[in-house]
Parts: sequence; C-alpha cells; structure tokens
Amino acid sequence: MRWTAKHLLGLEGLSREEILTILDTAMIFREILDRPVKKVPTLRGITIVNLFFEPSTRTRMSFELAEKRLSADTLNFSASTSSLKKGETLRDTARNIEAMKVDMVVMRHPSPGAPHFLTRHLGASIVNAGDGAHEHPTQALLDLYTMRERVGDLASKRVTIVGDILHSRVVRSNVWGLRALGAEVTLAGPSTLMPAEAERLGVTVTHDLDEAIEDADIVNILRIQRERQEGSFLPSLREYTKLFGVDASRLPRMKDDVVIMHPGPINRGVEISPGVADGDRSVILQQVTNGVAVRMAVIYLLSRVLSSERAGETEMLEEVAL
Amino acid sequence: MRNILLRGGRVVDPSQDLDSRLDLLISDGTIAEIAESIEAGSDVREIDLGGAVVAPGLVDMHVHLRDPGREDEETIASGSEAAVHGGVTALAAMPNTEPAIDTPSWVEYVRTRSHLIDVHPIAAITVGRRGETLTEMAELAAAGAVAFSDDGSPVASARVMRRALEYADMVGRPVVSHCEDLDLVGDGVANEGLASTISGLRPSPAAAEDVAVARDVILAGATGARVHIAHVSTRGSVQIVRRAKADGIRVTCETCPHYFALTDDAVRSYDTSLRINPPLRSEEDVAAIRTGLADGTIDAIASDHAPHSLEEKQVEFDAAPPGAIGLETLLPVTITHLVETGVIGLARAIELLSASPARILRIEGGTLARGARADVTVFDPARSWTLERAWFRSKSKNSPFIGATLLGRVAITISKGRIVFEEGPAPEGAPDNAHEERAADVGELPLRA
Repeated sequence: MRWTAKHLLGLEGLSREEILTILDTAMIFREILDRPVKKVPTLRGITIVNLFFEPSTRTRMSFELAEKRLSADTLNFSASTSSLKKGETLRDTARNIEAMKVDMVVMRHPSPGAPHFLTRHLGASIVNAGDGAHEHPTQALLDLYTMRERVGDLASKRVTIVGDILHSRVVRSNVWGLRALGAEVTLAGPSTLMPAEAERLGVTVTHDLDEAIEDADIVNILRIQRERQEGSFLPSLREYTKLFGVDASRLPRMKDDVVIMHPGPINRGVEISPGVADGDRSVILQQVTNGVAVRMAVIYLLSRVLSSERAGETEMLEEVAL
Repeated sequence: MRNILLRGGRVVDPSQDLDSRLDLLISDGTIAEIAESIEAGSDVREIDLGGAVVAPGLVDMHVHLRDPGREDEETIASGSEAAVHGGVTALAAMPNTEPAIDTPSWVEYVRTRSHLIDVHPIAAITVGRRGETLTEMAELAAAGAVAFSDDGSPVASARVMRRALEYADMVGRPVVSHCEDLDLVGDGVANEGLASTISGLRPSPAAAEDVAVARDVILAGATGARVHIAHVSTRGSVQIVRRAKADGIRVTCETCPHYFALTDDAVRSYDTSLRINPPLRSEEDVAAIRTGLADGTIDAIASDHAPHSLEEKQVEFDAAPPGAIGLETLLPVTITHLVETGVIGLARAIELLSASPARILRIEGGTLARGARADVTVFDPARSWTLERAWFRSKSKNSPFIGATLLGRVAITISKGRIVFEEGPAPEGAPDNAHEERAADVGELPLRA
C-alpha cells in the first residue's frame, strides 16, 4: 500500500494497512542497521529540524540517528517552554523555521495538539514526537514492530499495559495501533491514574495487576513519575510498587513466553525490578534498536509524499537506494 | 422625535403572552400602540416587515467588555456596536476588567459610556476580585451596579460568599456566582470524559462546577438571600438548581449558547475558540441543559461574551485564555439549536433572552407593553446563513461558530425608540443617523436574501 499522508500526528484513525506499510518499510531499514556501513543516501538534500520543547534524550537521539542514517541534514532546537513563554510564541518559532526552508519538523511539546497547531502554520511535514498526554506515534510503532518480531500477527493477541495510564501518550498511541491490528488490550493501573471513560477506547480496564498479566502475551510496563505523589495520585511509590510493580514474584503468574516491554527510561525497583528488566523475557533494548528503523521508515515515507507534493510525481526518491 | 411604524410583523412578546401579526407604533421613544392595523400619521417612518418577528430587545446579562484595561480586545463602544448587531438593547457588563469595577466611579464610567444601549454595570463582590474584603455594595448599587460578581474567579471562601449574599440582599441586588471549585479544576482545560481521554487535554471534572453550585445554593437557602448562578454547564448543576427551586430557595441561573449547541467532542480539534470556562461538556450534560431550559429550571440565556485578541488565541490549546465571543450570535444559535430542533418554542426563547434576564436584574426592558421604552428587535427566524469571520462587529473574532450555518438573523434593532442597527451595506465610519437616512430611501427592507 502506498503511504499518502504528509504528517504523522498520531495513530488514531490510521488503518491496519497504513500501519503495516510503515512496519514493513521499517523492516527494510532495520536490516541496514546491522550492516557495517549503516547509511543510505536516500534523503540527501532534505533538511529536518528536531524541535524539542521538553527534555528528551532517547527519542531525540533516536530521531537524529534515523535522520543521519538516511543522509538528511539535521538540526536540533531545544527549549524549555518556560523561557518561550516570556518571548517567542510557538507560531513565531514555526514561522522562523519555515523561513529557513526546512522540509520536515520532528516535534516534542508538552501541550496536546501542539503539532496539529503547527500544521496550520507551516508548509513542512510534521512528525509528532510526543504532545502532552495525547500521542507518541513513533513509540507505539516501534512497540508494534517489536511485538510482531516476537509473536507475529497481533490479531487476538493479549497485550497488557501497566502503570500511569492517565498521563501517558504512549498508551494512547499504543491503543489505537493495537486495536487497528486486532489485538486485545488491557489497561492496568491505579484508579487515580486511569483516564475517564477509558473503556470506551475498546479496551479492558482493571486495577488488579495479577489478573491483568495472567493471560497476557505481552506486558508493556510504563514509567511512573516520582512527582505523582504530589498531585494526590498516589500515597507512596512504595505502595505503587507493591500493587503495580512487576518483579520476579509475578513471573510464575505469567505465560512462559510472555514478552516484557518498557518504553524507558526505567525506574529500576519501582515499576519494574532489575531482574525482570534484564531477564530473558525482556525486549527493552530491542525496542530501542527498532526505534531507529521505525523512525527511518516514517521519515522516508513522509519525505516521499512531500517531494511528490512539491515536484509533481518526481522519481527522485521513488527507489530506496539500498 | 421621529415616529416608527413597524407594519405587518409577527409580534412575539411573552411578557404579554402575545404572538400574532400586528402593527407596532413607536412614538417619542416608547411603544405607543400595538394593533391589527395602525394608520400612519404624519412624520412616521413606515417599515413593512412582511412577517418578520418583532420582539422585545434582547437583554444579555453576562458580557465582558474589557473596558477599562484591554481596549485592544473590546471597548464599551465596540461592544455596544456588536450588541445592537446581535439585537441586544441592554447588557450587563462583568467587572473583571483592569482595574476591576469595585468603586462607584468605575461603575459610573461603565454605565455612561455607551451612546447606543443600556450598559448595566455589575460590580465586584470583593475588592480587586481577590475574594477577601467585600466591596462597598450600597454605594456601588447607588451608582448603578445591578448585581455583584467576581466572575472569572469563583469566591473560594464559603465564609466570604455567605456574607456577600447577606449584604448584597440587604442592598437589593443579586450575587452572580461563577461556580467552579478551582482546587478540583486543577490544571484542567477540557471536560473530563472521553474527549479529554482521547485528546490528552488535561481534564476538568463536571463535579468541580457541581460542588460549587451546591455550596452557593445551600448558602442562599441558609441566608434567605438571592443568588444567580452564571454559565451553568452540567447536568449536576441543573439538578441542584431544580431541587433548590422546589425547596423555595431564591436561586436563578443562566446558561450560554455554547453549552446547548456544542459538546466537548469539538475540542478534539484543538481549536482555541473552544477553550472556554467552564469547559464544553458531554452529550448528557447538553441534554440536561436543554431540558432545564424547557422546564424552567434555567431562567436565562446569556452570551458570556469574552473577547480575546488573535495573538492571545493563536497559541497551543492549553495556553489560550478561556472564553468566546457571543453577543452577536446569541439569537441565531438559540433559534438553530433550541427552536428549530423543537426543544422550546420561539416565545420561550425570546423570554429567556429578554424578559427573564431583565426580571432577574430588575432592569428596564423585556417587554413591548404600551408605554414601555421602545427597545425592539426585528429578525427573520427562517433566514439561513453562514457565519463568516468578517461579519462580526466585535473587536475580537474568537467565535466557535465561524463557518456554521445558522437560522435567524437580526434585521433591525431599536433602542429607546431609535434605530441603532439596520441590515444593509454600511459604509465604514458612517455616523449613526446615516442608517436611518439610507433606509428611508430604500423603503422596504430586504429581509430575505
């Protein structure tokens, strides 16, 4: 299937075919990452800005690496929104970037909808690298990629996501993607960290971790923010770990071939014990590797749409120069 | 003064239980006669309405004019122009300006600035709207304050609210309460529900409004004082007010067009004109608001006209200041979403938009009774039109209804016997009386495009 969208703002609304197009393309790029020379000239002449309004290490590095592997010119813009509040608006920042003739913007922002706002003011392609508690589509895509690598077709597979569901953009993107691919999703977490009417997303909601992991083929464990205690969401991290932490004592309750995932960065001993994180069921580091390939695929597919939009049907990037 | 004869209109005046095709004569600024056929005397401008509705001028009891302080967003003058464009002949201006309206001189300033319509000042409940010390309510009332409100900010202290209710009642004025428990709202910007869950916008629960309404209704009951609940948006608020009224508590309330015309599902577009406080609610809430309007629980429809500059609204959704303009769309949104849909009849809609708010604030207006001041709105309830940004006369354009197809459009607005708005191509900067002169040349008005 041919990819036709100019932006990747989220997985909501994407069809199974569209998601598989990205994942299949990622498979080609994944192979490149195991070569001695991990670089292709595909995006030569394309300029990409990584616009990060929130601290991020791995997502920004992963995008930057993906861009460099494709031979794009990249630049990084990092700013805290607090300093921006005093000065330039997001719209002005965007217009300045536009004036620099940038082709694509990879954006991380604490406000939900910020990348959607940018699409109304910019001609460039926008990749959402996380907008508040809304979506983080490339994280979910790399999760889906890693799951398929392990268990094959996700139709009817049981996926349990554990943790702070309320504040998680990773969960929202995962739910849309998993539902599109036919998986059965269970969300497990404290009642205070479960968003309103979550069941209406077509998932099962539970506050009992043991019940949630019993039949799961995949358990995806979310990072818990230490500051959640302050908003009266949790009495203590200690009690959180007791109720929702995944440690060795839970393993006997799970399937023998369960796949353990975590989007990182992990709080060892809080939501996941070191033994589980480093154990043979964990694919946490494979997720990181696959992340580069998935982001290469997204950037490549969007750039192809962008160039055909600009130059009519140009053949320039039609072939991946492998 | 010149006389005006409105011929052949459908006169709908709930204050007299009137709905029939009649002529209406305005003479010396008052309603002189309503009858089946009135002879045109001398010095009368006769306007053939061809069945358009003639109603009492609309009374908008909840408006932010931003003057003094944010004259770039709205002034009393521009807000008055917007008002008459929407058929509004009297409005109550909220005191959350810079500085707040908390002294008699500022009340006087607001009350005397409009040359088009009555602008009734609502003065602050507490000095500087800080929720601590009561304002000098007796003097403010004497200067023309029709009510007291810290709108924009709830009065957080139940003790201060209790005293405010008692004291305001002594000076014969209602307290208009902005009901939100800010502790429960937290950093929320969208109604807590499926839409906030999907959009990731930080949730604000309906309970934050409900608990505040419950508190103020209980305080009104305990003190015997009168309270008016502003911008009711939840099913819970409607239920609490309904029960309080049945219990004999002196409570009235208003809602706004966006709370019966839009649901929180709309905020998934992240359009900042939909960032409003209280936030747009769920379908169930909208249904309850409609029921409350029909069964009399809700007493009035007010716009909560809240102008914001383009610069302020052209930002991320959660960074945008809350509020939407609404003075000019009060009538068409009501007709489109309540009358056309069969929730209420046209007479009830007009009552909610004129007689009822006038009664709550005890101000002139809301009736076409003989001898009453001639505040009249003429509109075509069947005219279908598309709302465009350029149509607005407000200085600000932050309307959630831009692009919508609406039913009903104001054709003529008469304030104190003078035509202050008449549909037609108005050249920029024309003096007010030019409207009358030009219309006189045209003769019959083109009410249907």
